[in-house]
Amino acid sequence: MSDQWDQQAPTVNLREPDDLDVEAPAQSTDLVPVPQPEPDDAELRRGDVDAWGRSERMRDVARTVYDPLYTHWFRVEWEGLEHIPRDGGALIVANHAAAIPSDAPVIMHGIEKELHRPVYGLAENLLRAIPMLGTLWSRFGGVPAHPDNAYRLLHDDQQLVLVFPEGTKGTGKLYRDRYKLNRFGRGGFVEIAMRAGVPVVPIAVVGAEESMPIVWKSPRLARMLNVPYFPVTPQMLMFGPLGLLAYFPAKFKLRVLPPAHFDVAPGQERYSRSRVMDESDQIRDRIQRALYDMLRSRRSVWTG
Amino acid sequence: MRVLVTGLGTFWGSRLAQELEARRDVEVVVGVDASEPVLPLERTEFVRTDSSHSILQRIVEATQVDTILHTHLVVDSTQLTGRAMHEINVIGTLNLLAAAGAADSPVRKVVVKSSTLVYGSNYADPYFFREETPRTRGPQTSIERTLLEAESFVRDFAEDNPHVLVTVLRFSNVLGDHMATPFANALRMRMAPELLGFDPRLQFTHEEDVVNALMYSTTHDVPGIYNVAGDGMVTWSEVCRIAGRMRVPLPPVLAGLAVEPLRAMRLIDMPPEMLSLLRYGRGVDNSRFKRTGFRYKYTTAGAVDAFARSLRLERAVGSSEPEYTYERDVETFFRHSPAVVRDRG
Repeated sequence: MSDQWDQQAPTVNLREPDDLDVEAPAQSTDLVPVPQPEPDDAELRRGDVDAWGRSERMRDVARTVYDPLYTHWFRVEWEGLEHIPRDGGALIVANHAAAIPSDAPVIMHGIEKELHRPVYGLAENLLRAIPMLGTLWSRFGGVPAHPDNAYRLLHDDQQLVLVFPEGTKGTGKLYRDRYKLNRFGRGGFVEIAMRAGVPVVPIAVVGAEESMPIVWKSPRLARMLNVPYFPVTPQMLMFGPLGLLAYFPAKFKLRVLPPAHFDVAPGQERYSRSRVMDESDQIRDRIQRALYDMLRSRRSVWTG
Repeated sequence: MRVLVTGLGTFWGSRLAQELEARRDVEVVVGVDASEPVLPLERTEFVRTDSSHSILQRIVEATQVDTILHTHLVVDSTQLTGRAMHEINVIGTLNLLAAAGAADSPVRKVVVKSSTLVYGSNYADPYFFREETPRTRGPQTSIERTLLEAESFVRDFAEDNPHVLVTVLRFSNVLGDHMATPFANALRMRMAPELLGFDPRLQFTHEEDVVNALMYSTTHDVPGIYNVAGDGMVTWSEVCRIAGRMRVPLPPVLAGLAVEPLRAMRLIDMPPEMLSLLRYGRGVDNSRFKRTGFRYKYTTAGAVDAFARSLRLERAVGSSEPEYTYERDVETFFRHSPAVVRDRG
């Protein structure tokens, strides 16, 4: 049903003039447009919610509430922050872990705190369907992970975008597989960065794996509840479902690796599959190696 | 330019006919509809007809129109039954395009007023639909189905008639002083509905920009499909705040059932396709039409402001404009009677 309609309707392509950037030939005079400046922010919105649903006021609240957790519970330490560009778009990728991912808020909060730049976090679009949570997530800077959204944020808006290429395979892995990176999807993140003409900034995160590890999974319950995985964490063994609200105070260390720049022309419809997979694998390897390096020098899960 | 306008019995048809009348390079304006014009017109020739193919073809042939302005796609399902909507959107478009595509047809340009309803509204949607972005889910309401079908006829017509310039404009939700659109109606009521826990991003186009965009496509050569929506985004809670409306939260599950009693009590008013908009909203990328040179007068937020102003006036003095009633004999007299002196310098 949906396939049939996908091919129909909005994909219709009538004949377009080849280059729409040139002003259309004016046949008449009274509707010829006078050049106007692009409308500024004051004309575009009425509250503090931007076109992506992010609210600076809500971010402020989140920063105030979250900062103690960031500073005193996870005691986050960064290295290589200078690799994150101060302006212009960049796609930030990191390894993903914990039953309820604790790495996304740490990265977003950390970059906003240190660099004073907003970060938009791409995530599973089903979040949007949950009342309250979906809206809150969007106000905090969450955006459904659709390639069009990523491209527009990176290219048109020149923002920082955070994505976890492992997706739920990363957060849903068992404790015994900790710090072993999963497949980086199909390398779609590299393709979008190439098309948008922005660098990819890899980050290796140590600590998230131990903040809420998964000891056992129930595929049957996951199917019944229609969620990607149904985890059982040590916290849940202690506190029941309430355990999903508590993180262990694992020490967080983040290492920003030098950005990957791609030497290709932006704005193309397609990029060489092998090139995309090569770059994706290289970035994955660099994060993996950085993780092993960081783990080698880690003396304790709790104090780093 | 000789222009045929469909939907003269709707606000858009009549309004566009008024605009066309005001232009010197438009020699003839012919309007068709099954009901009478809703705005006073000076020189438009009105033909009252249903959209049967043979009559439309005779009209096109007899009047030798070179441009067809198809404003008559119903985009608000509260106005009509599903059956009537199908007749107008699907069968009407089919017959019109068949007439325009006949052998020796004089038609060289077709402009169609469609809607961003063709994109649907779903959680998996991108935040800004481009013209070629596919839907993420099949059509949920009959109005979406009829619009998709009508657009597919337009696509076939454009393929079969490469010598005809075909423009499809997909408008976002419209607000304005005169329009009774679902969102306008919802905001005219005492309380505006919302889905508990959802505050969607929405886009609006001001009525004047709709008229300007359709006129722009009629007087310029801009073939293709274009999204038309005011720049920027507003959330539904901001819209309600600007319009000074209290929000009634509806339960996010089984919202359709909850709406019924409230609608019966005349506390709120809304069509089914508004429910999914109140959940996920919809955004479109309007840059392609801007690149052709079109300039908007209103941003999305500007359109909401303007609507809130006209709402305050309405609340103070009631509907400010006199109703117009079409009287066939009077109109025919002024247009055709030899007693009327037409060229007074």
